[in-house]
Amino acid sequence: MAQLYARYSSVVYAVALRVLGDTAAAEDVLQEIFIQLWRNPGAFDSGRGNLAPWLAVITRNRAVDSLRKRRPQTEISETTVSVEPDLAGEADRGRAMEKVRAVLKDMPVAQRSSLEMAYFEGYSHSEIAQKTGEPLGTVKTRIRNGLMLLRKAVETK
Amino acid sequence: MSVHEQFAEELALYALGCLEGDEKTSLEKHLEECASCRRELEQLRGDAALLALSASGPKPPARAQTRLMDAIAKEPRGQKADAAIRGRSPRPQWWAALGWAAAATMIVVVAVLWNQNVRLKSSVAVLQGLSEQQRLELGQARRVVNTLMAQDAMHIDVMPVGQKALPPQGKAIYSRQQNGLIFVASNLLPLPAQKAYELWIIPTQGAPIPAGVFKPDVHGGAIVINPPIPAGVEAKAFAITIEPEQGSQTPTMPIVMMGAGG
Repeated sequence: MAQLYARYSSVVYAVALRVLGDTAAAEDVLQEIFIQLWRNPGAFDSGRGNLAPWLAVITRNRAVDSLRKRRPQTEISETTVSVEPDLAGEADRGRAMEKVRAVLKDMPVAQRSSLEMAYFEGYSHSEIAQKTGEPLGTVKTRIRNGLMLLRKAVETK
Repeated sequence: MSVHEQFAEELALYALGCLEGDEKTSLEKHLEECASCRRELEQLRGDAALLALSASGPKPPARAQTRLMDAIAKEPRGQKADAAIRGRSPRPQWWAALGWAAAATMIVVVAVLWNQNVRLKSSVAVLQGLSEQQRLELGQARRVVNTLMAQDAMHIDVMPVGQKALPPQGKAIYSRQQNGLIFVASNLLPLPAQKAYELWIIPTQGAPIPAGVFKPDVHGGAIVINPPIPAGVEAKAFAITIEPEQGSQTPTMPIVMMGAGG
């Protein structure tokens, strides 16, 4: 577990801190994620993807649940994440993340904001429309196109 | 597009967990019946994972690891099994004792199996994480060895400009703790027919230990990687002799090359 922690705690903590914006709360989520992994190692199905993206997603889900002060919405064992291309290696992951961050940086502010409000702040699409004053259809299109841009970024060699 | 166009945007929202109400219910119903939309949803979840992974920030404080390891150490282990064993009580009747003995045996067997199961689950957790790391490390190690041993590997002596060829020389890298030995030689002289060089560990106590037989390539280069050697040998020097091709158990004089540890 010590080696697992050494390798992946940065990913988990970064996602938790990004969502919660509070170090103590992020540490609580970090603790919860690794304890769950310890208790239920079979929750991660290595045949369905790599550990880093899976940990990032379950951490995001737990952190958003915590932010929204609600009970966990999904069991970690029900979460499967399949990322193409293969991001098992730290170097591959680093290169892919550089591309993703570059795409996010170049994205129109409104589009990036919609994506981040949905994913990192846990707002529903109608809440985002309400908060930004944009039509619901515009929010939906922006979010989908934003995800497509991320996909293209890592597909591009 | 293989995805039903009318659900394309809803799928993206669903993958991010921000679809709600009737639209969510309607999409979930459609997903039960539509394999192509399920595939697209899986891909969109992968795209969303990229967004999650894009988060960057400081490393967790050291106290977080201490807290986690403390918590794991306190995780209940084998309580049910222990309680089951503690809960049994002897019966005075001899005929009943047989039944109780069988039951007690069963409890012990169940407890042992349960404990094994817990241990195995813990091991699997660690192993799953480590396997990925080990796969990467193995790949790196293979690349190092493959490069060293490649037929087309260039062995170039880099020396001050103008200096002519160097004399035969070798470098032995030995770790007693790792029980590993790597020997790299260059500019070795050609060998007589049916002879080979043999590397020797000269221990602080006892006789020289054979550590690999090798022949130089056409450029006089040679590499020995982790020859079979006894564990824990304290070496004071390394030596090279010329031996029959199959190697020897004791060095044949003279020693042609030698180096002592610092």
